[in-house]
Amino acid sequence: MTVTDGAGGPDGATALAAHFDATIAHDQRIEPRDWMPDGYRATLVRQIAQHAHSEIIGMQPEGEWITKAPSLRRKAILFAKVQDEAGHGLYLYSAAETLGIDRSELTERLLAGRQKYSSIFNYPTLSFADVGVIGWFVDGAAICNQVPLCRSSYGPYARSMVRICKEESFHQRQGYELLLTMMRGTEQQRAQVQDAVDRWWWPSLMMFGPPDDDSPNSAQSMAWKIKRHSNDELRQRFVDMTVPQAERLGVTLPDPELRWNEERGHHDFGTPDFSELMRVIKGDGPCNAQRMERRTKAHQDGAWVREAAAAHAAKNRGEEGSAA
Amino acid sequence: MSTEAPRGSAGWPLYEVFVRGKRGLNHVHVGSLHAADERMALTSARDLYTRRNEGVSIWVVRSDAITASTPDEKDPFFSPSGDKVYRHPTFYAIPDDVPHI
Repeated sequence: MTVTDGAGGPDGATALAAHFDATIAHDQRIEPRDWMPDGYRATLVRQIAQHAHSEIIGMQPEGEWITKAPSLRRKAILFAKVQDEAGHGLYLYSAAETLGIDRSELTERLLAGRQKYSSIFNYPTLSFADVGVIGWFVDGAAICNQVPLCRSSYGPYARSMVRICKEESFHQRQGYELLLTMMRGTEQQRAQVQDAVDRWWWPSLMMFGPPDDDSPNSAQSMAWKIKRHSNDELRQRFVDMTVPQAERLGVTLPDPELRWNEERGHHDFGTPDFSELMRVIKGDGPCNAQRMERRTKAHQDGAWVREAAAAHAAKNRGEEGSAA
Repeated sequence: MSTEAPRGSAGWPLYEVFVRGKRGLNHVHVGSLHAADERMALTSARDLYTRRNEGVSIWVVRSDAITASTPDEKDPFFSPSGDKVYRHPTFYAIPDDVPHI
C-alpha cells in the first residue's frame, strides 16, 4: 500500500513532531504507520529485538532438561514452557516488523553478534532444581519488567507484552510449585534447591540492568514512555516480592545485607557485581559461545526446510521455474 | 500491520492473523507471521496465537493485500463524520417522564 507522509517541508515536519509529542503526553499509543522520530524507532527496534532474541535463546537452558525431566508431567510442562518462549519471541519479532524491519534481518544481526540478548541465559542449568529456580526468579523478574511494558507507548509492543505476561504467570507458578515439591523431598533435593538459589539470585538481580546512575538510555526511554520505571525501582520491586516467597519455601537468599527496612517500607539488599554483568554482556559469560553456536547451527540446519517450503509453495502456485 | 509485505531470506511473505475468540465475536487482528503459503500460515497461526484455546476460527491474509487509510487523525478522509452530531442519540433532548426511550 502507498503511504503519503504529509510532510510538506520543515513546517510539516514540525507539525508531525508536535503531534507525536502530544500523543505521548496524552498517554495515547503510537501506531505503526504514525510519524515517529528516528531515535524512537531505533530505540524500539533495539529493545524489541533484544527482547525477542532473549526469548529464543532462553529456550536453550531449560530445553536441555526436557529429555531429563523426572516425570511425564514435568516433561509436558517443560515442553509447553519452552514452546511458549518460542511464541514470545515470535510475537516480539512480529511487533518489531511493524517498525519496517524484517525478522530475518534481526536474526542475522543476532548471529553476527551485532544485537544482544539477556545476560541471564549465559548461565548453565546444572540440576533439575535450576528449572524451578528459573521459573521462580527469571520469569518472576521478567514479570516485574514486563507488566509495566503492557502500557508502553508503542501499540504493537504493548499488545505483545499483554499476551506474554498472561503466559509468564504459568511459567513462574510451575517453577515455584516444582521447588515446593523438591523441598518436600529428600535432604539432597533440598540442598539442590538451595544451591540453585545461590547460583541464580545475583544474575537474576542483574537482569534489571545497570544501576540508574549508570544507565545512559533510560532517561530518553522513560520520556518517550517506552519504559515506565527505572532499573533500580524494578529491582527493588522484585526483591520485595521474592523475599516472602523464599521464606515460605524455606530457602536462604545469598545476601548477608538483605533485611527489612521499616523506615523505607522496602528491603535493603546488597549490590550485584555489575562488572560481572558487563563481562557477560560483552561475551565472557559461562555459556555465551555455546548459546550462539547452538542458535547458529539451528538456523543453518533449518535452511533446507525453509527453502523446501518456499519451493513447495511456488510449485502449488504454478511457478515451478521460480522455485530454483 | 506494515506498509508492505517484506520477504525474509527464504522468500516467505508476511501474513496478518485474525482470530475469533469465541462464537458471537468478530475476528480481531492479533499479529503477523511469515509463511510459505496460506495453509502454512494457518497452521503456524494456530500454533502461535491459539495455544490456550484463544480462538475458534482464524483468518490469515497477506499483508500486501490490505489497503489502509492514512494514519493521520486529521486526515480529511474522516471529516464527513466529524460534524454530524445529529447521528448520535444523545443529540435529541427527550423529557425525563417519557418511558422506554
